Amino acid sequence: MVEHFKMRTVDLAATPLRDLNADLHRQGDGSNETRWEVLNPRGAHAVAVGVDAPLAIDVRGSVGYYCAGMNKKAAITVHGSAGPGVAENMMSGTVVVKGDASQYAGATGRGGLLVVEGNASSRCGISMKGIDIVVKGSIGHMSAFMAQSGTLVVLGDAGDALGDSIYEARLFVRGKVKSLGADCIEKEMRDEHHALLAGLLDKAGVSGVATTEFTRYGSARKLYTFNIDNADAY
Amino acid sequence: MTYHNPPTTPRKSWTFDDYTLSEIRRAAATGIYDIRGGGAKRRVPHFDDLLFLGASVSRYPLEGYREKCSTSVTLGTRFAKKPIELKIPITIAGMSFGALSAQAKEALGRGASIAGTSTTTGDGGMTPEERGQSKTLVYQYLPSRYGMNPDDLRKADAIEVVIGQGAKPGGGGMLLGQKISDRVAEMRNLPKGIDQRSACRHPDWTGPDDLEIKILELREITDWEKPIYVKIGATRPYYDVALAVKAGADVVVIDGMQGGTAATQEVFIEHVGIPTLACIRPAVQALQDLGMHRKVQLIVSGGIRTGADAAKALALGADAVSIGIAALVALGDNDPRHEAEYNALGTTAGSYDDWHEGRDQAGISTQDPELSQRLDPVLAGRRLANYLKVMTLEIQTVARAAGHNNVHNLEPEDLCALTLEAAAMARVPLAGTSWIPGVQGSL
Repeated sequence: MVEHFKMRTVDLAATPLRDLNADLHRQGDGSNETRWEVLNPRGAHAVAVGVDAPLAIDVRGSVGYYCAGMNKKAAITVHGSAGPGVAENMMSGTVVVKGDASQYAGATGRGGLLVVEGNASSRCGISMKGIDIVVKGSIGHMSAFMAQSGTLVVLGDAGDALGDSIYEARLFVRGKVKSLGADCIEKEMRDEHHALLAGLLDKAGVSGVATTEFTRYGSARKLYTFNIDNADAY
Repeated sequence: MTYHNPPTTPRKSWTFDDYTLSEIRRAAATGIYDIRGGGAKRRVPHFDDLLFLGASVSRYPLEGYREKCSTSVTLGTRFAKKPIELKIPITIAGMSFGALSAQAKEALGRGASIAGTSTTTGDGGMTPEERGQSKTLVYQYLPSRYGMNPDDLRKADAIEVVIGQGAKPGGGGMLLGQKISDRVAEMRNLPKGIDQRSACRHPDWTGPDDLEIKILELREITDWEKPIYVKIGATRPYYDVALAVKAGADVVVIDGMQGGTAATQEVFIEHVGIPTLACIRPAVQALQDLGMHRKVQLIVSGGIRTGADAAKALALGADAVSIGIAALVALGDNDPRHEAEYNALGTTAGSYDDWHEGRDQAGISTQDPELSQRLDPVLAGRRLANYLKVMTLEIQTVARAAGHNNVHNLEPEDLCALTLEAAAMARVPLAGTSWIPGVQGSL
């Protein structure tokens, strides 16, 4: 039978941010303090950054920049909206934003899953390096810029210049794409793409949406080797 | 009688010199700008244009070999719980695994550790060889974020947020496909053999107010232990240094236009940014105006070659200097013993700068396994340590001659300038005069 692990509650109205993060960093794989609740974040920056343990952290309110930055293993839920760079450079684990996310959501992320239940602003998934991102609303311009690997799923629309200078990341958009960036093209949805997308939708708690409603985008790979004759593409 | 009209000696144009003509022909033939490694090759006002005054009736010198002249420096005293202690005021600048071979990175670590100083990672992440051999390692936080991860961040002794570099302020980088080995590709999470672009600006922040929050995040991730450097290319040193301090930097690194790069357009290297000599006094002025000189440490790089150069930078207010190209030369780069092979590449020892092509005969700026094997990391590390020792002895020699028992007591009053330009940039008097051009009410 699973023990009732101790719940830790940290009120940022009374506790310095530095103490919260230091406390989280002290937790290891075998920690008994696996459930954390953070109260009164009130837009603070760098909440629950650099966590490296399988903790469940509920942040009750909206956060500023870089919440859950460089996360490893933890499941962090923001019960509000997130400022710029939520889950930036995440390595593993899960980050869920119940509200909207500002710019650079999941920037340079190398693993794990980021779910934004609302909309994400510009540059969502910029330079992503293996992270999976599911946005249930729409995303802003220049999203997935120079995206290297991983998967970005958007149930709403995408703004201008989606996937500009993209490498090997996979993009799935259900709604409209305002424009595609340099070297980003529409691609065929094969069986493996339907399977990948279905798995991610399931993980993100999305039901009642068919993978056939999405279009796949990715790299044309024409700009992979510098060629002066491609200079007009930029 | 036949009138003889003597011919004049053929005269080449100063404006259209041989190099310029060859560049026009090269551009016409290829349709692409020239890419190369290294820093500015043009003559710009530099430390050679300054002289030390030495002791005189009004000052007395210290005895060489007898009287102590300390060289150690502590970096990161402003906020970091664990500042860095270096035995010498010379550090090794950031150079990536990818641009350099694993052997070269190991050699830099070995040499620096023997000498009691730090090395710095580059665009491409931290290698075990480098971490293993570097007693003190600075981890660069770059726009590309290639290989960035929190484990390496915590393994580092300091973090350097790179805004720019002197060779190409405002520019990103490109590692051409021929240098993308399996290992380099894996570290950067990109397909093998393609040209890899390094972004020119950070993906998740813009401007000094964001930088302050980014530094906060890095401090929180590392529990406020690590010194955080901010590295800038020399362009607007007064304002950039002031903004870096405002953003919370422990250390500011400023890199002049002679500072090297692994690969950038020639037009960038030679025409963007300002000389190292021109950036030090404005940088120091910014720190002084904020009451932060010696509290936020200043590291100067770009064309530092000798102990004399380093001593002059310290006298102008730097806390330490950083070397890149000079360190590679100490390892064996551009060595005349490879002359025949350099000739085969259409160049000559001392001029080889096509580092992006990965055919460095010295085994340093290459990923070719055969060429890389030419560099013995132990021997090359020893050579670097020797060179750093000589530089340090030279700094001490000059400092003692000026009457200082600590190299950080060198000051602008110990210097004079040989040229008007150097006098104006370094804000020291023209030799034999009391005139500092551009400074009202000179002594």
